[in-house]
This record gives sequence, structure tokens and C-alpha cells, in this order.
Amino acid sequence: MDIIATYGFELVLLAGVFGLFMAWGIGANDVANAMGTSVGSKALTIKQAIIIAMIFEFAGAYLAGGEVTSTIRKGILDSSYFIETPELLVYGMIASLLAAGIWLLLASYLGWPVSTTHSIIGAIVGFAAVGVNADAVTWGKVGGIVGSWVITPLISGIFAYLIFMSAQKLIFNTSDPLANAKRYVPFYMAMSGFMLSLVTIKKGLKHIGINFTTSEALMIAALIAVGVGLVGVFLIKQLKADPKADKKMHYASVEKVFAILMIVTASCMAFAHGSNDVANAIGPLAAVVSIVENGGEITKQATLVWWILPLGGIGIVLGLAIFGSRVMATIGQGITHLTPSRGFAAELAAATTVVLASSTGLPISTTQTLVGAVLGVGMARGIAALNMGVIRNIVISWVVTLPAGAVLSIGIFYMLKGIFSA
Amino acid sequence: MNSILGVFAKSPIKPLQEHIRKVHQCAEHLVPFFEAAYANDWNKATGLRAELSKMEKSADKLKRELRMNLPKGLFMPIDRTDLLSLVTEQDKIANIAKDISGRILGRKLAIPDSIQQEFMEYLLRCLAASACAVKAIDELDELLETGFQGRELQIIDNLINELDSIENSTDVMQISLRHSLHGIEQDLNPVDVVFLYNVIEWVGDLADLAERVGDKLELMLARS
Repeated sequence: MDIIATYGFELVLLAGVFGLFMAWGIGANDVANAMGTSVGSKALTIKQAIIIAMIFEFAGAYLAGGEVTSTIRKGILDSSYFIETPELLVYGMIASLLAAGIWLLLASYLGWPVSTTHSIIGAIVGFAAVGVNADAVTWGKVGGIVGSWVITPLISGIFAYLIFMSAQKLIFNTSDPLANAKRYVPFYMAMSGFMLSLVTIKKGLKHIGINFTTSEALMIAALIAVGVGLVGVFLIKQLKADPKADKKMHYASVEKVFAILMIVTASCMAFAHGSNDVANAIGPLAAVVSIVENGGEITKQATLVWWILPLGGIGIVLGLAIFGSRVMATIGQGITHLTPSRGFAAELAAATTVVLASSTGLPISTTQTLVGAVLGVGMARGIAALNMGVIRNIVISWVVTLPAGAVLSIGIFYMLKGIFSA
Repeated sequence: MNSILGVFAKSPIKPLQEHIRKVHQCAEHLVPFFEAAYANDWNKATGLRAELSKMEKSADKLKRELRMNLPKGLFMPIDRTDLLSLVTEQDKIANIAKDISGRILGRKLAIPDSIQQEFMEYLLRCLAASACAVKAIDELDELLETGFQGRELQIIDNLINELDSIENSTDVMQISLRHSLHGIEQDLNPVDVVFLYNVIEWVGDLADLAERVGDKLELMLARS
């Protein structure tokens, strides 16, 4: 207890710096995965992608990031083991942040597509199980989280398959694909808008003090959806068919309509990513702050301090602003064989899955979900060739990330314990 | 690459289309080649044959690139083995075109005046078959857009049927051309006659091979 009273400010500062660093890393590197499909299918320029990402990553983090944050803050560990020694929880959370940050940095340097979520969960479980007590981890909850990593790519794959098939049925396999694209694409836009605004209203506006009943929320979301759809209709009207491109490839103009739709799904993706991944950076920070503020008492009821979510959002945006364009540029240069109609199906499916998972508080991996969605489109025979070797490497890197995060955080945990408690 | 986009592999469809276009271009070069041969302008024919041979080589190169870019660990909407045998089949068209021009040039083999026109019509008809194969392969990227189902499948099916009927008509023309040759063969050098029959058969092979491309394509789409 003394330690927290004496070093409280230093500990919060340390956690704050590492948390910001982690958020910055998410923005600099991880966002590229979320926005990659849009940039890769040439639906968005790098500049547009960054602007969309900045707005919607922040919105997602601020408005819908609370649930996952609270899972990471207090859902994984059994606080009864820390009542006597709350400083251990503080060290552990700081160690986890630093461990995950270091691992991400290393992985980025080596070019491994690791998951920020996996590294932070591995780190937290690691320090608690080894550094404190194996029972300090609520294994049931961790099991649920790990299970969700298997199930969410599956769900998003199924979503992607269905969305893609519906677009085939309604638009591509008809006698006038262009006219049908113009007719149905606004509905997809409205659907995306509905989903996002509903989650925002239900989950996000609560903690800034605005409350709506379910029916009110549904109505407002429906209104916003109609608005988004109408904007879509307007934008599609501006579009001019390109007969020359159509001659080379019959669906060139149809794809242009989908490119407009991708602006919306890219926004959804950024929102979803922000809502889920911000917690990886600020969940541990929130735990530290709440313990220090309560003078060492670990209270389950403690609400999130107001500045934490925006801090995470700002961290992500800073990372985007400083390094995002460079990371995106490498993506833009890579030749991808991805058309907007496929990219949209994958993005919408992944974003929906992530947003749904976020609102239940499950920390899932955005990249993993997106890979599941891409495979779903592949299963629907929509993509010319997928590199199973790369997918295997991605899966391996996820599996490796858990013990790697754990080992690093155990080491840092003992170091911090030595520094402060000795 | 530290991004999800590494998951997307290079599409084999564009290279496949490039290959058959190159192959067809190579076969089409037989027209000016035979025109030069008709005019007894063997200098020009030599030059044209060199160009044709160059095209055949670049088709070969495209074929090899396509194979190299098709490692085993790819997940594709079409079967890898089918795709590989399709490109092999396509490549044979260029090979036979090169063989025909080589044989004509090597012997300075003149097509007899009385069957020149009929022969040229026959050649053009055989080339129409390979042009039709190009059209069918060209639809593959549209077919990918529609998820290998529905209308696009029908379009390709129609093209394959058209290809079959062109090939049938070349068979009929071949019979009549052989008959015409038979009628004048006693006035010609016997060895030349043997080779003329060969050349007629090989030109017919152009259409046969184009039809085989259609068959392979059909098989590829039926199996998937």
C-alpha cells in the first residue's frame, strides 16, 4: 500500500507513457491492416484512407472502446489475489504494456503480422500466472477469449460469404449489373450505417451521459441509415460509366459503384478497429489509474476515468499521422488483385463481427477477423488466388505471440518489482 | 510484408489471357507468311518466320512464368492441375504454327496456284477457331467477377459451342482441300505432295488444338 501512496504519480505516468506508446504503435502499424483492403483495391487513396482512419478510429475508440477496455482491465484477472498486494497488479499491468509494445516493435521490424490483442492478453496472463499465482487468472474468461479467436474469424467468414453471395445474386448475375449496382449499393451503405450508429448509440453515448431507450436507439439508427443511403444515392449519381473500360472488362463501371461503397465500409472497419484495439493500449493503463486513484483499493465498480479513452484515441491518431502514411504507402505499392466488390464484402463482414464482439467486451483480433472474411469471399469463389502459405504464417505468428508476450511481461514484471519494492 | 495484403496471391487469370493472346498472334502471323510464300518472296517469308518464331518464344516465356507463379499452396476457385494443363494446351497452338512455317520455308514449298485460294480460306477458318478460344479465355476475369456462376458461365459455354462448330467446319474444308490436292497431285513433285498433305493436316491441327483449349476450359469449369 505504501508503494502506491509513495509512487502513485510515477506509476500512473509510466503506465500512461507506455499506454500512449502502445496506442501509437497500433495507429502506426495495425491500422494498415484495417485499411489495407480499401487502399489495396484502389477504392481509396492513401490520403483519404488516413483521413477516414483518423476520424473513425478515434470515434470507435472513444465511443465504443469501453467494453473491451473493461474486460482487459478487470475481466481477465481475479482481483481477490491482489487485495493484499495491489502494487503487484500495477507492476503487472505496466509490464504487460511494455512487453506487448516491445513485442509489436520487434515483430514489425521483422515483418511478422502479429496481433496486438494476442500480445497484450498473453502478457497479462503471463505475469499473473507466473509472477503471482496460477489461480489469479480467471481461466474460464481467458478460455472464452481464446475461443472467440477461433470463432470470430469463422463468423466473419460466414458473413463475408453471405454478403458476397447476396451481391452476386442481386447485382452481378443479372442482365443489367450496373443498374442493379446503383439500385442496391445504397442499401448496403444504409446497412453499414445502421450497424455503426446503433452500436455507437447503445454503447458509446452512455458514458458521455446521453441515454436512449432501445426503441429510440433503433429509430435514430434507422434515420442515420436512411441518411447514409441517400448520400450514397447522390454519390452514385455523380458517377459516370466508362464505356472504354467496360469493353475491356464488363464490370469496370460496376466496380466503380462498389468503390464508393468501400468508403463507407472502410469507415466501419476503422471504427471497429478503434473500438476493439484501443483497449489493448489503455485497458492496462485504466487498471493502474483506478488502483492508484482509489489508494490501492481494487474496486470492481470503478468507472473508467474520463481522459483514458480519448488518450487512447489520440495515441492511435498520432501513430497514424506520423507513421501511417509510410506504412500505407508500402501497401499501395504492392499489386493486389482485389476488386472493390470483394473488398467491400470482406470489410463489411469483418467490421460487423468486430463491432459485435466489441460490444460484448470480447477482445478479438481485427486482423484475424479480416483474414477470416477474406477466406469467406475466397470460399465463395470470388478471389483468383489466396496464398495459403501466408495465411499459415499469420496463424503461426498469432500462436507464437501468446508465449512471447507472456515471457517478456514476466521478465519486466520481476524487474519492476525489484525496482519499486526492494 | 507486414500486412494482410500478403494473403492475396498473383492472379493466374491475367497471365493465362496474355499467353493465349500471344499464342493467337503467333498463329495469325501465318497469314502474311503464306502470302509471302504465294508471291514466292522467300526473303520476306524468312523475315516473317523469324518474327513468328520470336512470338512463339515469348509465349513459351509467358507459359513458364505462369507455371512458376502457381505454387502448390494457393487457394483458387479453379483447380491448379486444370489450369496447368490448359496453358500447356494453349502453348501447343504456337508450337504448331512455328512448325508449319518452318516446314514451308525449309523446303521453299509452294502451295499450287489452283488450291491457293482454298488453302487460304481454310487457314483463316482455322485461325477463327483460335480467335474464338481467345474470346473464351478472355471471359475468365468476368467469370471471376460473378463467382464462377450464372450468366458468365453461359457466355463461355456458348463460345465453346461456337468453337466446336468452327472446328467441325474446318474438318469439312480439310476433306475438300485434300480432294482438290488429290486432283492435281500427278502434276507435282511427289515429295512436295507428301509434305503438302502434312501441311494441310497441321493447319487443321491449329483448329483441333483450339478446340482442345475449349475442352480443357469446359472441364476446368465443370469440375469446379
